[in-house]
Amino acid sequence: MAKKKFIVGNFTDEAVLFPAVKKVRRAGYKLHDVFTPFPIHGLDKEMGLRDTSLHTAGFIYGITGTSTAVGFITWALTIDWAINFGGKPYFSLPAWIPVTFELTVLFAAVGMVLTFCWLCQLAPFVKKDHFNPRSTDDTFVMAIECTSTTNEEEAVKFLQAAGATDVKVETKKTGWWLGNYANEKMRFEQQ
Amino acid sequence: MSIRSTFTAPKNYNTVALSLIAIGVLSIIGLWVTSGSSTDPHEQARFWASLLQNSVFFLLVVNASMFFVCITTLAWGGWQMSFRRVPEAISAVIPVVGVICAAILLAIVFGDNHTIYHWTDAEHVKHDEILNYKKGFLNKTFFTVVTILTVLLWSVLGWKMRQLSRSIDDEPLATMDERKKYIFKNTVWAALYIVVFSLTVMSSLPWLWLMSIDAHWYSTMYSWYTFASTFVSGVALIALFVVFLKNNGYLEYTNDEHLHDLGKFMFAFSVFWTYLWFSQFMLIWYANIPEETIYFQPRAHGIYKGIFWMMFIINFIAPLLILMRRSAKRNYGTITFMALVIIFGHWLDFYQMVFPAVSPDKVPNIIYDLGVALGFVGLIMYFTGRALAKAPLLARNHPFVKESLIHHT
Repeated sequence: MAKKKFIVGNFTDEAVLFPAVKKVRRAGYKLHDVFTPFPIHGLDKEMGLRDTSLHTAGFIYGITGTSTAVGFITWALTIDWAINFGGKPYFSLPAWIPVTFELTVLFAAVGMVLTFCWLCQLAPFVKKDHFNPRSTDDTFVMAIECTSTTNEEEAVKFLQAAGATDVKVETKKTGWWLGNYANEKMRFEQQ
Repeated sequence: MSIRSTFTAPKNYNTVALSLIAIGVLSIIGLWVTSGSSTDPHEQARFWASLLQNSVFFLLVVNASMFFVCITTLAWGGWQMSFRRVPEAISAVIPVVGVICAAILLAIVFGDNHTIYHWTDAEHVKHDEILNYKKGFLNKTFFTVVTILTVLLWSVLGWKMRQLSRSIDDEPLATMDERKKYIFKNTVWAALYIVVFSLTVMSSLPWLWLMSIDAHWYSTMYSWYTFASTFVSGVALIALFVVFLKNNGYLEYTNDEHLHDLGKFMFAFSVFWTYLWFSQFMLIWYANIPEETIYFQPRAHGIYKGIFWMMFIINFIAPLLILMRRSAKRNYGTITFMALVIIFGHWLDFYQMVFPAVSPDKVPNIIYDLGVALGFVGLIMYFTGRALAKAPLLARNHPFVKESLIHHT
């Protein structure tokens, strides 16, 4: 599998991180990602990420839930096993609204969680690698991908000038990125 | 266009407002000639019902602005600071519409015509077992006291909140302690307002003012349902003013992010309204007891069927589908359109709350009621414009202003 090089820098302050992201993008470096311990409002915009399509998926799951509920209850209570409840018509939509609502929410919620895991490539027993484990604690970690035109030393200096500390060059395996390269032994050997 | 910090009404603003008021007055006169002056008590009731529906609706809608201010203050919210002067200015209309509304309500209660509030007819109540039981709540004294007290408290507490907000415009709060004290003071007054609000709009007031038109029928959900209806229209009204001011080069620091949050409120409370509306309907539909279903008989099945279902579609289906997308909530055109649709939809909601009981045999000519509604819109425009012009549009010394300036959603 191919290997890629990354320039990794750490930030501790949002006020430094935001201008740094802007500078890096403006200078034409390929920003791989910024890892933060918590969501930072506006960072996605600053990084130029497109809107997630998770909510479109959620809408489709919701609609699926709605039609499943309405379809199944209609079939069950009017065609397959029609029962007279208190003189109400067989097709009694108001009584089905709560179930329809619940199924809509259930489908949307479960579907979106699974989609989210898939998009982020999260699954049980998949070990994730971190450029810096402190990105889950108190540090913002920015990773710049080295392309064929990137001068490493220059990029390191650039990142340092932008306010990053502890700037390092790291090599990672690509591929099922997010699962496969997370192998501590391999990383050690590479270094 | 340059950004200006204090509102001055654009050239045609007051002309439009005053012409709308004129349309309202003309509609009231027209309504008086066609029904109000009639000797038939049902025709008279149609006249008063129109005034009742419009004044109560618009009073509760402008009152929702003060609720918005207080609830965000109580939650220590900062995002609304960049446009908070707008709901504050709208709430300055409360005393005006409040006095009109109280006058109309008291005129109905103390008038000789018992068609709207038939619990005011002492002779009738004597022989009516249900109304006799409800006498402790549905009587003229209680109604009068609650109505006057409510309008008074809303006005006074709202005035206090506005006054607090303006008091630091020219005197910045220098130390942290002063700021904390200021926020605490705001919190206390906002909490007082919320207590009054919950005892009125959220519990007893819609029962008195609106539900007692169908005096035999009752629903505990009615007040929440009314509250949801007026709150979503109130937020829509705030959004309309924000867009209007933005288009005229004011509210420099209010941007897509703030509009997005207002859009979220409109979306969420449309769904909330539907939840309450449906919950009230479903329990009655399920139990199927005649004295309860009588409320929905003319509305969902009778001659008001068209209005009833149209109201449902434009209050639920339209906001749900149109406001669902993020980009729709950040679009000034969509928000303006949906705000107008929502206000009209909930006005229709109030229409079908009031009229089926007053005029069960035929749907009254809705054109007159729309005219009266336009009159109230003009009134709100005129007085809100005046209140907006009185103070800078940004409460620049408020401790939470920065939070609003850097707000992201």
